[in-house]
Amino acid sequence: MKKELTRRKPFMSHAGGLFFVLPSIITVIIFVYGMIAWTFNVSLTNKNSVSVKKLEYVGIKNYTDLIHDERFTHSLSNLVKFTVVFMLGTLITGFIMALLLERGIKGEGFFRSFYLYPMAISFIAMGTVFNWLLNSARGKEAGGLNLALQKIGLGFLQNDWYVSEKGAMYSMAIPAVWQMSGYVLALFLAGFRGIPDDMREAARVDGATEIQIYRHVLFPQLTPTLLTVLIILGHVSMKIFDLIIGINGKSYVTQVVAVYMWESTFDQHNYAKGTAIAVVLLIMVAVVVVPYLRYTNKQEAYR
Amino acid sequence: MSHDLVDLITTKHDTRNKKRKLNGNEKFWLIFRYVSLGFIWFLVVMPIYVMVINSLKGVKNVYLTNAFKLPEKLDFSAWSVAWSGTNRNSPGGNFFPHGLSDSMTRTLLFVIQSAIISAIIGSINGYVFAKWKFKGSNFVFTMFLFGMFIPYQAVMIPLVRVATNIGINKSIYVLVFAHIIYGIPICTLIFRNYYEGIPNELIEAGRVDKASMIRIYRSIILPLSAPAFVVVIIWQFTSAWNDFLFAIFLTGGSPKLSVATTALNFITGSSNQVYYGVNMTASLIVSLPTLIVYIFLGRYFLRGLLSGSLKG
Repeated sequence: MKKELTRRKPFMSHAGGLFFVLPSIITVIIFVYGMIAWTFNVSLTNKNSVSVKKLEYVGIKNYTDLIHDERFTHSLSNLVKFTVVFMLGTLITGFIMALLLERGIKGEGFFRSFYLYPMAISFIAMGTVFNWLLNSARGKEAGGLNLALQKIGLGFLQNDWYVSEKGAMYSMAIPAVWQMSGYVLALFLAGFRGIPDDMREAARVDGATEIQIYRHVLFPQLTPTLLTVLIILGHVSMKIFDLIIGINGKSYVTQVVAVYMWESTFDQHNYAKGTAIAVVLLIMVAVVVVPYLRYTNKQEAYR
Repeated sequence: MSHDLVDLITTKHDTRNKKRKLNGNEKFWLIFRYVSLGFIWFLVVMPIYVMVINSLKGVKNVYLTNAFKLPEKLDFSAWSVAWSGTNRNSPGGNFFPHGLSDSMTRTLLFVIQSAIISAIIGSINGYVFAKWKFKGSNFVFTMFLFGMFIPYQAVMIPLVRVATNIGINKSIYVLVFAHIIYGIPICTLIFRNYYEGIPNELIEAGRVDKASMIRIYRSIILPLSAPAFVVVIIWQFTSAWNDFLFAIFLTGGSPKLSVATTALNFITGSSNQVYYGVNMTASLIVSLPTLIVYIFLGRYFLRGLLSGSLKG
């Protein structure tokens, strides 16, 4: 991963190039930025039901209402719980997978292909399966995951899963971890293999033990990968929607911000509230993503 | 292309000292690694195993308590129910009126259209952003990338408004448009990264011969683009197929426009008597197209996946 410090010369400035991307630029300006502005605009009005005919600007009232809206704060705290467990779980699982594979092992391709297939399946389809497997029945009636836990002697781990008030969001993280770990594996595997072999060799010659090599030579090299992983997982987590719907629909216990936005817009036709929630969600994602974009942009400049 | 992450991941890693006999410690670690890998493999495969075996137990013999058991005899009736639904004359009656066949066909058609058009647009954009940089093109490109990460809820309400006003929300083309438009960033990114790897000398050579920008694209760039086209088409295919957010907002609950994911959600979310055999079969049917693509073209899928992380 040598950084080329010689900046590759672009071919002059070409109006011709601009001409060909102009349609896309206009499309993005309208459909991304324009519509975000539009959304923001709606969130400042009193459009809280279909019957509102006369639009009035109410300032940030919709936002201050959200703070006092128990259902919104509930969905936000649900999202936080989910994010913590999901990010930690996926990070650890994916990293362990990468550690097991990174030095090459017979049958690696087989394991890798299987570990990555969940990424090709929709949250909705997987949600259907987990909806079933994470059934709360225990003891004799137990089935699915609870039954499996009994069978392997881990019966004490049996759980109410997404039905329970307290543990619902944590159990929602299980399918999410299942689905996204492969992604983390792929990123870390690329990270590991981007490290030149000489570095390991040199450390080995210097008498470092394997554990020391990992700790002091390899792990520090993975910091940029870790950053990428955290950003990707973070923004996926904040936007989580299909998975929740697929497993538990719009149920209150597992409601997150994106689901509450859907409910406000779709069922209650409260567009003012819906757009305000959407703007909050956008800001949350932007706080994570914008610095990352700037960081990659700076790195790009040297390519 | 020199920093291609997928190549990095999939190249056979040299296991050093292959010939040497392993000592006890190394043997232990090797066994430990295999056991762990096997255990994870088991967990990863479990849901798909559950889908498959329970889809072969028929419509009514599926209970949670025997979810992991193999079927006693093969019964494909859940497949025909999930695919074509039931009517009043079927045994058991009208418990499952809509099958997936219509939605599946509809999804397949719209997804292929949007994937191909997305790839063409992405290719042109990527060519310009990689080889014909104009003033401010890096800034514009970053503006594009932001569009890739936004929660689409932030554009959804205006989008639904516009679609309704134009009247396009009454046809499946509303989803074709949505996926093309919001696919511009990622498709541009994948092509740009790919074209960055094509040596500038090739283009210089074209310019020396006084070839125009379009001419260079047609006779030098395009013939080299096949791998990137495969990556983008697969990526757009998979993400549009698996998309639920656009589908549910833009086509609403209209059964005439249901796509794979919304149809599945409708089936499994219905509060009627639940037939898990049918549910599992339906999830499997909906997952099959993307799974097949993954099985045969996994490498390209992985490439698309990793592009989303903006690196290489």
